[in-house]
Amino acid sequence: MYAVVSLISAWAIPVIIVFIPLYAAYRKVPVYESFVDGAKDGFDTAIKIIPHLVGMMVAISIFRASGAMELMLGWMRPLLSRIGVPSEVLPLAILRPISGAGSLAFTTDLIRQFGPDSMIGRIASTVQGSTDTTLYVITVYFGAIGIRKASYALKVGLVSDLIGFIASIVVCYLVFT
Amino acid sequence: MINWIWLFFIVIGFVVAAANGNIEAVTKAALDGAKSGVTVCFGLISILVFWLGVMRIAEDAGLLQKIAVLLRPIVRFLFPSVPKDHPAVGYIMSNMSANILGLGNAATPMGIKAMQELQKLNPNKDVASPAMCTLLALNTASITLIPTTLIAIRMNYDSMNPAEIVGTTLLATIVSTGGAIIIDRWYRRVHSRRPPAPPPSPPQRGGEGAKREGRSRPPNSPVRTVTTSEKG
Repeated sequence: MYAVVSLISAWAIPVIIVFIPLYAAYRKVPVYESFVDGAKDGFDTAIKIIPHLVGMMVAISIFRASGAMELMLGWMRPLLSRIGVPSEVLPLAILRPISGAGSLAFTTDLIRQFGPDSMIGRIASTVQGSTDTTLYVITVYFGAIGIRKASYALKVGLVSDLIGFIASIVVCYLVFT
Repeated sequence: MINWIWLFFIVIGFVVAAANGNIEAVTKAALDGAKSGVTVCFGLISILVFWLGVMRIAEDAGLLQKIAVLLRPIVRFLFPSVPKDHPAVGYIMSNMSANILGLGNAATPMGIKAMQELQKLNPNKDVASPAMCTLLALNTASITLIPTTLIAIRMNYDSMNPAEIVGTTLLATIVSTGGAIIIDRWYRRVHSRRPPAPPPSPPQRGGEGAKREGRSRPPNSPVRTVTTSEKG
């Protein structure tokens, strides 16, 4: 299963890059002109995201560097570890939706500390792999099109992150014990 | 809600730093954060330019419309407000397939393109439409077949079986995606039951908002970007 999927992953992009222009040429599309025409929107779109991303990154960076995040995690740890969650992975529940790089660094550190094949290492890997950085996704996707009011999207994203976190722990305990 | 979270991060960060006698960290963190925001966006430029180019070829060749026709039932279920055969459908599907294959840097441009198409259907350009919320929910929970980065890290630390987390990740991601779809449905129903908010008319929002919108618009935005339809 793993071999098949990783093979598909390796081939997907090269095949897409060849197949799309080839098919387009068959349909008499001026492929190069069409590419350039579409590509020129890319720059504007990326630039439009900058204010959104800078705003979000500044706030997150302050929150982490000031020690506020540590403090918040310290309060939550005893509360949550009572439910049976290994307290070492708890910070991930808060880090994961906020900062992709931060949570990846944290996961890597847990794997280094406890070993990749420990329960903590497995749970951390699963949490890290199974959800995306909600705040980043919202900022980039909505920033690119100028949406200011995210409506209920943020709530849905955060609640599904929580579901993903709990599911990761439950699944790991079911599979690995 | 995003306003409150943003304010919360900054104010609490300030207070904690002040209490810890670590106030200079705030200045450094703010500037570092700003820098990494710009760096990430610059990293996005090459990816966006390339993939939006490729996707335009696909659009011009009628490929996206084909995908849209093929996957109509799924889209009907997830995005009932998007008209069938609309180009948004093709982009949504490309975004979802790229996510599933773990092609993160291809998924983002396609998702953004899908958002731009959904924005054309959005009556209120400032506020996310239900279809946009659904697309976002699918992306934040993103179904992943192979968490490639994690497998690489586990290999680095001499795991006996680096890929053993593939199954657990897939299961967890299916649960969280299912959860996201259900919660999104629930919120959508709650929201549609409320009387729709009046669309922002220029006099209501005041001159300030209108001015800001004008400034945020790039000087020569191409015809196909959303900004041009923002005024429509």
